[in-house]
Amino acid sequence: MEYTFHWRPVFNRLPDLLEAGLITLEVSALSMVIGIALGLGLALIRMSGNPAIAWFTIGWIEIARNTPALLQLFFFSFGLGAYGIHLTPYMVVLCGMAFNNAGYLAESFRGGFAAIPDTQMKAARSLGMTATQAYLRIIIPQVLRIVYYPMTNQMVWAVLISSLGMLVGFHELAGETQRQAFRSFRLFEFFLVTAVIYYVIVKIIILSSRLIAWRLFRY
Amino acid sequence: MIEITDLHKSYGRLEVLKGIDLTVHKGEVISIIGASGSGKSTLLYCVNGLESIQGGKIEVDGIDVHAKGTDLNKLRQRLGMVFQQWNAFPHLTALENVALAPRIVKGLSKGDARAVAERRLVHVGLGDKLDVYPGKLSGGQQQRLAIARALAMEPDYMLFDEATSALDPELVGEVLDTMRLLAEEGMTMMVVTHEMGFARDVSDKVAYFDEGRVEEIGPPEQIFGAPHSEKTRRFLAKVR
Ligand SMILES: Nc1ncnc2c1ncn2[C@@H]1O[C@H](COP(=O)(O)OP(=O)(O)O)[C@@H](O)[C@H]1O
Ligand SMILES: [Mg+2]
Repeated sequence: MEYTFHWRPVFNRLPDLLEAGLITLEVSALSMVIGIALGLGLALIRMSGNPAIAWFTIGWIEIARNTPALLQLFFFSFGLGAYGIHLTPYMVVLCGMAFNNAGYLAESFRGGFAAIPDTQMKAARSLGMTATQAYLRIIIPQVLRIVYYPMTNQMVWAVLISSLGMLVGFHELAGETQRQAFRSFRLFEFFLVTAVIYYVIVKIIILSSRLIAWRLFRY
Repeated sequence: MIEITDLHKSYGRLEVLKGIDLTVHKGEVISIIGASGSGKSTLLYCVNGLESIQGGKIEVDGIDVHAKGTDLNKLRQRLGMVFQQWNAFPHLTALENVALAPRIVKGLSKGDARAVAERRLVHVGLGDKLDVYPGKLSGGQQQRLAIARALAMEPDYMLFDEATSALDPELVGEVLDTMRLLAEEGMTMMVVTHEMGFARDVSDKVAYFDEGRVEEIGPPEQIFGAPHSEKTRRFLAKVR
């Protein structure tokens, strides 16, 4: 039996898919912003060498990097649900991805900090800068450059794993595609078009990342 | 005036400074020479409070550096420091390197900080490199940039920690010339150095460090001409 393609149902629903694509982009970007802040915090705490909280950061990083992202999402849906905490699908995906991003980014940040010679800090302090000023003006800008490409990769990764949202009832791009596809029974067409949309989103991220890097890093 | 009395400093169990007494008067240039590991760098780090101490006292213009209430960030504005490792801030242009601290530490306006920075860079002979990033500068130029960066805070004292040791031989001269210029202008300086010619020509006093102690201190004619200590004599015979 030959499969005959029917594209019309997909094209009729294209506006819905594009809108869902924006939601994918939004939740990924937000999870990155939160993940960067948390990852930076985790890295700083871990480097501070305080044993009381070190185990907490190490635990976070280990779980985020060494267990399936899907299980991490499940933790924020069924896991918390078992304790009577019910997050909306949007929040489940946002929290799960922020958790995952933070774990990966913490390790990148730690490597970034380790790559800055400690004489940079000494030089800054010798000029009368406070520790905070030295971090904000001297250390972190250099770390951000080192972790810039790992961060871009993480953003791409975030967009792709946000598709797991469809398994926790979230209508981001993959979830919305699934819903439309089952309604129209044109599964193959729908998922093909959606794959193209993901591809375009990722390419846009990589291109704009290059553009920003070119504007930002003149040294 | 920098007044160091009976200074003791240890890293863990290792005692690095074992009772240092040293006074630097306004306008003086003091060179500190001695074998590597004798505690010369550590002394400078203690003077501007980058390192804690375990005994004794350091006073800068009457301010006790290691006293509890001392505002180190304020004190360090009086003490410019140049390190052995080049440590220009790589993400900032030469001008931004020099202008940053005057702006965010002293609170100068952007325009004023820029003017100060420009003047200092011209002072050390980098007037044509304002918008260049350190990565494009030679080692000697980076060290002169570091000097300009310290000078921009208008310090009363300059501490040099082997500023020329990491440089290719042909670049040492330009940095020493800049340091010489500062000395001629009356800057008070503590100079840790292996450049015996510089120590002899520029210093008012030379201190020879041996294993965490000042073995001998005196005018350069004494140290290089007729050292009192046998250890000083042997050290100088080795380095020359
Ligand atoms: N941060 C540090 N931790 C532990 N030991 C140190 C540290 N810095 C210096 N030392 C030790 O202190 C001694 C004096 O070092 P330093 O002041 O750098 O000597 P110098 O500058 O005369 O070569 C050396 O034995 C060195 O290994
Ligand atoms: Mg040294």
